[in-house]
Amino acid sequence: MYSLRRWSVRHARLLETIYGACNPLVVAALRRANRLFGRRIDRPVTAIERAAKSLLFDCRMCGDCQLSRTGMSCPMNCPKTLRNGPCGGVREGGMCEVRPDMACVWAEAWRGAAQMRHGGAIREVAFAVDHRRIGTSSWLRMARDD
Amino acid sequence: MTEPACLHHPGDPVDPAAPLPILPGHVSPGRFERVLRAGLFAVTTELAPPDSADPADVLARARVFDGHVDAINATDGSGANCHMSSLGVCAILTRAGYSPILQVSCRDRNRIAIQGDLLGAAALGVCSLLCLSGDDVSVGDHPQAKPVFDLDSVSLLATARTLRDERRFLSGRPLDSAPRLLLGASINPFAPPYDARVHQFAKKVAAGAQFVQSQYCFDIAMARAFMAQARDLGLTERCFVLMGVGVLASARTARWLQSAIPGVHIPEEIIHRLDQAAKPKAEGRRIAVELIQQLAEIPGISGVHVMAYKQEEHVGDIVAASGVLNGRRCWAPDRHDPAPLAIQEAYP
Repeated sequence: MYSLRRWSVRHARLLETIYGACNPLVVAALRRANRLFGRRIDRPVTAIERAAKSLLFDCRMCGDCQLSRTGMSCPMNCPKTLRNGPCGGVREGGMCEVRPDMACVWAEAWRGAAQMRHGGAIREVAFAVDHRRIGTSSWLRMARDD
Repeated sequence: MTEPACLHHPGDPVDPAAPLPILPGHVSPGRFERVLRAGLFAVTTELAPPDSADPADVLARARVFDGHVDAINATDGSGANCHMSSLGVCAILTRAGYSPILQVSCRDRNRIAIQGDLLGAAALGVCSLLCLSGDDVSVGDHPQAKPVFDLDSVSLLATARTLRDERRFLSGRPLDSAPRLLLGASINPFAPPYDARVHQFAKKVAAGAQFVQSQYCFDIAMARAFMAQARDLGLTERCFVLMGVGVLASARTARWLQSAIPGVHIPEEIIHRLDQAAKPKAEGRRIAVELIQQLAEIPGISGVHVMAYKQEEHVGDIVAASGVLNGRRCWAPDRHDPAPLAIQEAYP
């Protein structure tokens, strides 16, 4: 949802704190579940991840989550799915070139990153998405060290 | 970066279309890199590929720049409109000895097609590459098309660097011979988010950019501020910066450009000057000359990229009037001198 997505960027630091606290617990729990149930957990975990991240970030389930390095603004909402920053066409006021009614996800990303403790990660080069991972869970990938 | 170098080298081939020997510290066998590394003020321009399958149309469009530019960008479906391919234009230009800059946009091809094209381009004599994300298909003449964007401009730079420096495809499969390409990217200091733009530039340098060409610069104060930031980050020591210069035909064109092409910023005083001028076209060229002269004064700027869509015939006069070439004649087919010539003799 667009308004919630923008709320998430404005509260990037809060979300970073929550993520930092919860991430080790979630990964540990998923590791255990993975040992016990194996691939059977894929569908429910992916569904939960999709529901939570769609609500907060309009997540597109790229399978290679970068939110903690992109100011909590999901780069897959960029019409060009750029993974490394804004294109040259950002409009005055920071609106998207392709969808003028939407704020540029990368202008948002830099705003969110500026608030975060580890926001500097936005400056690191991210390589293109592995298309085999689209639709899969980033959480499970972390749990399985894929 | 400005090591003493020669534009002409005793080992240079007589055939203007043959690759030059790669000089120490250079990555490509091209003239454009020699100009930049010699510390000369470089001038590049843009060739709009024809809607044609006739090579003569390409050569005619290149000929108007003869003697006034060091390299010619061949655009890749700019504005998401269909034209002759950038690679086709480049192949025609290298056969005549020109130094084309191959523009590759990520909009139309995936990583398999792009890597293949980079090998093909290098084999056809292309020495310089400009990596772009590309305009969205929705703004062009085929809005029904599927946008690809498998890579983005930064991933594309990293890909080209992998091919060149690691002699392998992204898959890891080794190459028998690597594409010797000077890698370039675009920057736009004149669009939001302004604070992030210098870091975006830094990211491109980190991914392999050795030169950058900017979007139209009509605001010298903004260019100065941006270059100060770039110098502070040490970027100008690792990357040549060519600032984009546009030629405006009238106040109406300026307003249209500003509204139709997102990311183009034209200060009101420039539009006012065009509005007041008795001959707006001549005034537009005068503005371009002044911008080139002012940009050349800014530390860290290595050249200009003149974009004069539908006014290409004036590029030569504009560059000459600016005086930034210091009397230097850029390489052109009719001035090809195969005799080894030291730079000091050529430009005393």
